[in-house]
Parts: sequence; structure tokens; C-alpha cells
Amino acid sequence: MGPMSDRALLGPQYRTPNLRECLAAMGLAGPLACVTAGWQDREGEIEELKAHVARPVHDLALYVRAERVHADDPALAAAGRERQARLQELQELYRLRLGALMGAVEELAPTADEAPARRSARRAALGDVRRLDRQHLAATAREHAAFARDWLRRPRPGLASQRAELARLIESSAAVLLAGGHVAVLLNRLRLFGLGPLLASRPLVAWSAGAMALTERVVLFHDRPPQGAAHAEVLEPGLGLLPGVVALPHAATRLALADAARVQAFARRFAPARCLALDHGSLARWQRGRLVAARDLRRLGRAGAVTEVAT
Amino acid sequence: MSAALATLLAGAPPDREALDAFLAAHAVPLIAREAVTFLYRGEAEAVYLRMFISGLPAAQPLARAAGTDLWYLTLSLPEGSRFEYKFEVKRGGTSEWLLDPLNPLKASDPFGANSVCQGYGYVPPEWTLPDGGAREGAFDRLAIDSRHLGRRVVDLYLPARFRRTRRYPLLVLHDGGDYLRYAQLKTVLDNLIHRLEIPPLVVALTESPDRLREYVGLDAHADFVASELLPAVAARVPLEDDPAARGAMGASLGGVASLHAAWRHPAAFGRLLLQSGSFAFTDIGENHRGPVFEPVVRFMNAFRARPGRPAERIYLSCGIYESLIYENRSLVPLLQAARVQVRYEEARDGHNWQNWRDRLRAGLTFLFPGPLWMVYE
Repeated sequence: MGPMSDRALLGPQYRTPNLRECLAAMGLAGPLACVTAGWQDREGEIEELKAHVARPVHDLALYVRAERVHADDPALAAAGRERQARLQELQELYRLRLGALMGAVEELAPTADEAPARRSARRAALGDVRRLDRQHLAATAREHAAFARDWLRRPRPGLASQRAELARLIESSAAVLLAGGHVAVLLNRLRLFGLGPLLASRPLVAWSAGAMALTERVVLFHDRPPQGAAHAEVLEPGLGLLPGVVALPHAATRLALADAARVQAFARRFAPARCLALDHGSLARWQRGRLVAARDLRRLGRAGAVTEVAT
Repeated sequence: MSAALATLLAGAPPDREALDAFLAAHAVPLIAREAVTFLYRGEAEAVYLRMFISGLPAAQPLARAAGTDLWYLTLSLPEGSRFEYKFEVKRGGTSEWLLDPLNPLKASDPFGANSVCQGYGYVPPEWTLPDGGAREGAFDRLAIDSRHLGRRVVDLYLPARFRRTRRYPLLVLHDGGDYLRYAQLKTVLDNLIHRLEIPPLVVALTESPDRLREYVGLDAHADFVASELLPAVAARVPLEDDPAARGAMGASLGGVASLHAAWRHPAAFGRLLLQSGSFAFTDIGENHRGPVFEPVVRFMNAFRARPGRPAERIYLSCGIYESLIYENRSLVPLLQAARVQVRYEEARDGHNWQNWRDRLRAGLTFLFPGPLWMVYE
């Protein structure tokens, strides 16, 4: 793997896109490749995207390619389904344990003039959550590693030809765009075709679920869902192409950012990673792993405040 | 009486200018944490507050402030309450029902409009308001020549980004036009789908030319819904073929029609959304709700004797100011005993469309949870 290429994370691109401006700032000219597999059956409907960037964009069609690979390789498809069932079970078990541990964290939310013992108990409770998150991340990583070892790294003609074609398309593009959508579907397709190493050396611009997929761990979140618990949960490792970041698309609508106790718990839970709120108009750009530009980008702070990120 | 009004009326009667200034400075009715004060201004022999809150008199007199043409009435009202009302004004030997001239809040229904009292703490849910960013669904129209009911026209709500290559859940909605007109249904659907709180779904909006006959447990209506409407919609748009992806819904007698269709055709619907259902029954004795309810009582008594399992999951709501609260409450343990997953919600509201509108999010997201946990667009 070569040196880390330029990376950018954006806020959602629906209504007020800023992708074109980002590409210009990155000095990227020429045709683009894009991944819209997270859109599932809407994959490839990129007319608005093309009009916005005003240059050729080639959709890598990972969703459709995966359908084709699975149709041609029933054994691989069956193994994939079994892995998904195991991952789902892991997630449900993790969620069960997480609910209990987060209950303690919430019960121990900071109060005025709290005693040191309570503060210490809160730290310990959060430590329990962090430990559980690590265990879950490791368990899901093991599942993916085993699947890659047993199925994806062995010769599979259908997969090999698709990968070769994808490599050509990626190499001939100035940058690869990763759009949002269903984050697990997106990651599943990226993994199936082994795109992590191919993307690592290319300039990347991602938003929404695409931004989440680039990070080291995917965190699912919504503080005010209409049903069910509102505890953010780790899904699985991302591609790890943007270390030290937890990507939070639509944070302004999904998270109770005015609730200092929740913000504090969230930020501390995932520290030292930076929890970045990626809302409409947000832009964050890295060169060689260093954040060089930020606009309308906010960070959830360990003290409970949400502050603008400066470079 | 509100503190502001008490101050105004303390001492000598306020003159016309003082009353004008008071009314210009205060939103009416006057809302306090646990009470509401209604005001009416004008010459009259008597003024009554007319509303339908079960447990309270249907007509309550306003008192005239001495030496003025201002009438007032203070009622205790729990936090978060909302109800609809009119004034009955008696003058010159005649009686007239009016909207509250001092209150700009109104609600419409098929019978006209009412003034709205929003008690302390009530806020119209923001998801019922148009969101410029939400993608909009569209409508299609379907005509069905029913063997049971004759020709019927059904409007279909198709979600934004509808495509024929995808399969959708279906919700059959009784009194669909009224839900659109009085409960902001399209705005709510557009918003909840856009926010991923419910999946993109198709809604079949049905109407009845004679709901007092068809919605009261009429087998022919249930057969139309289950064996004619469902196949006709499935032939027009791609639907998921699974009871869990099929729902029926309605308010008041529309709730009865939904439950009846699901009960008579147990595999037809896996989801029911029943709002203020007119689920009249008799444990003993006679029906006292009038002849319209005779067939309802027959159906409900039969249903209560042998409920079967009309759906896997049911959302039930009712206003606590409705006389139907007893019937709805008593349905909950019965459904639970029938192994139905029940979500029951009560609201400090009455038998009206805004009550039903305000419960749509809880009901729809319980029955058809959306992909918001996994999808980030």
C-alpha cells in the first residue's frame, strides 16, 4: 500500500451538495468513479451527481456485480448468508449487553456538585461500555477475516474477473466517490470485491454511509428513534482508511447535540477517535493523514460541548 | 380564572378600550398550567361552551363579567391536553353554534370545523408540518368493479422514488380522503419515509359512500377489502407478499372495519392500526349507543368471544376524553391474550382528526419500522 492519498468527508449531498467545490479544492481533474451500492436497487442513478460535478462519473455497480457473482456462485452466496446470520446474532447479543451497560452510564449522568465516587463510578461504567465495544468489534472482525480467508482469497473465477475490472476502473479515475445509503450493504459489497486495498492509494471523497465505511469502526446512532432504545452501537470495522475518526452523518437531526451529558458520554466512549458531525455543508479534508481543511465541521467534545473544528 | 383576567376584572368594570387592549395582548383561550379560560365577547342572553369530553357536561355556561360584554369560563385541564369546541350563543330567542371568534386555531372534519383548545404543554408534532426537504410521494388511482360493493375508486399513495423493480409494504386506509384532508396524511407519510422512520410503502386510500352500513362489521365489505382490493392493488403495484407487510387502518368506525376485515380473513393482514375504534360491545344487557351500533355490537361480541389472532401486531390508540376509551382499553388485554403484540396509547384528546394525526408516527413506526438505524443517505 502506498502513501495515504487525499481523503475528504462531506455532509449529506442531497439538496445542498458541495462535492464539486471539494473536488476543486483537492485539485482533482478528470473522470471519477463512484460507489452507490448503499442505494441498493437505486444503485447507479447518478444523473444528479453527474450534473453537479460536470464531468464523467463511472458507477462501479458493486450492488449489481454482487448479485451476479452470487447468482453464478451459489456456494459463496450461501456462505455469505450464513456469515450474515452469525453477524446478526452477534449484533443482537451485543445490543442486549449494551442496553444494560448504557443504562448505568445514563443513570450516572453528571450532576451538580457530584461526589467523587459518582464520577468514578461513571468512568468505570463507561469503561465497561468501551470494553464491550472493543469485544464486539473484535468478534465481527474475526467473522470477516474468517470469511475472507475461507472464501474470498481462494480462487473464484467470477469474483476474480470482477475485481480485475474494478481495479482498472479505479486506477483510471481521478478519485473515487463513496455515497451513502445502507451502511452494512455498502460495506458488504466493498469487502466482497476486496476494494479496501484498491481504494487505499486513491483520492477518496465520501459522505453519509460512505463516510462511515471509510473509518475504522462503524457506529450506528440515533438519539431520538421513534421506537426502541437510542444507544449508539458499533456495527463492525470499516475499511480503516481514515483512522481516528467516527463519522456522524446527519448529526444535527440524529443526535441530541444540546444534551451535554449525552455528548460527553458519546465522545468519551469513542475517544481518542474524533467524533465528527457531518451535516449539510460540512467538509473535512485530509492530506497524508493530516486534517488540512474543515468547513461547517463540528466535533463532539469530551467535556460535552459541540465545537467547530478549525485547521 | 386566569390571573390576567382576574386582574382585569378586579375593581370597576373595564371599559371597551381596556377590553380591546386586553384581547389584543393575550392569546385566547387563556392557557395556564392546569386550567384554560375561554372568552367570548358580545351581547347575548347566554353563552355556552359546547364540547364532547366524556365525563364533562356537553354544555357549560360562560359567566358574564359585570358591566361588560365579556363572557368567561375557566376549566381545569391537565397538561398536554387538546380538544375541540364551539360556542353556543343565545340571543333574541335563538341559539347559534359558532367557532370561537377570538381563537385562530381551528380543525376541520367532514362535518365542518371546530375551534381548537391546545392546553398547556401541547405542541403540534413537528413531523406533521411540511418539510421542504422531504421528497414527495405521488398518487395513482385504481377503479375496482367489486362483486360485493359495486364500482369503487381507490387512490394509491406511492412513495417518493417509487419503482416497479422493488416490492413495497401496503397499508389499506379506511376513510383515506378524510385522513388526507384533516390529518395531513400525505405530509406525515412523506416526512416519515424521508426520515427513514418507516419504509417506503404504498397506501390504498379507500372511501365508503355509506360507512354507517359498510364499516360496522359488514361481511361484504370485509370480503371486498381482503379478496378484491388486495389483489387489485397487487396487480397494479409491486407488493411484498407477506402478512407482515400488509396493514389495515382506520379511525372510529374505520377501526371497526379494519378489525372486522382482519378477523374475517385471518391471513390478510399482519398489521392493524386502530384509532379510537368504535368497538362497542355488551357484556350483559342491551346496546345503548343507538341502532347504528347494533351490527357493531354483534360483531364485537362475536369477536370478543373468539378473537382468534387477527394480526401479529396491532397499534391501538384512543383519546381519554372520548366515551370510547372504555371499549378501547378493554380490548388491550383481550388482544394480548390472543398473542398479539399490542402497542396501546392514550392521549389527552377527543374523537377527532388531529388526535388521530398526532398518533400516526407512533402507530406507523411500530407497525412498519423504517431503516433509519442502518441507512445514512
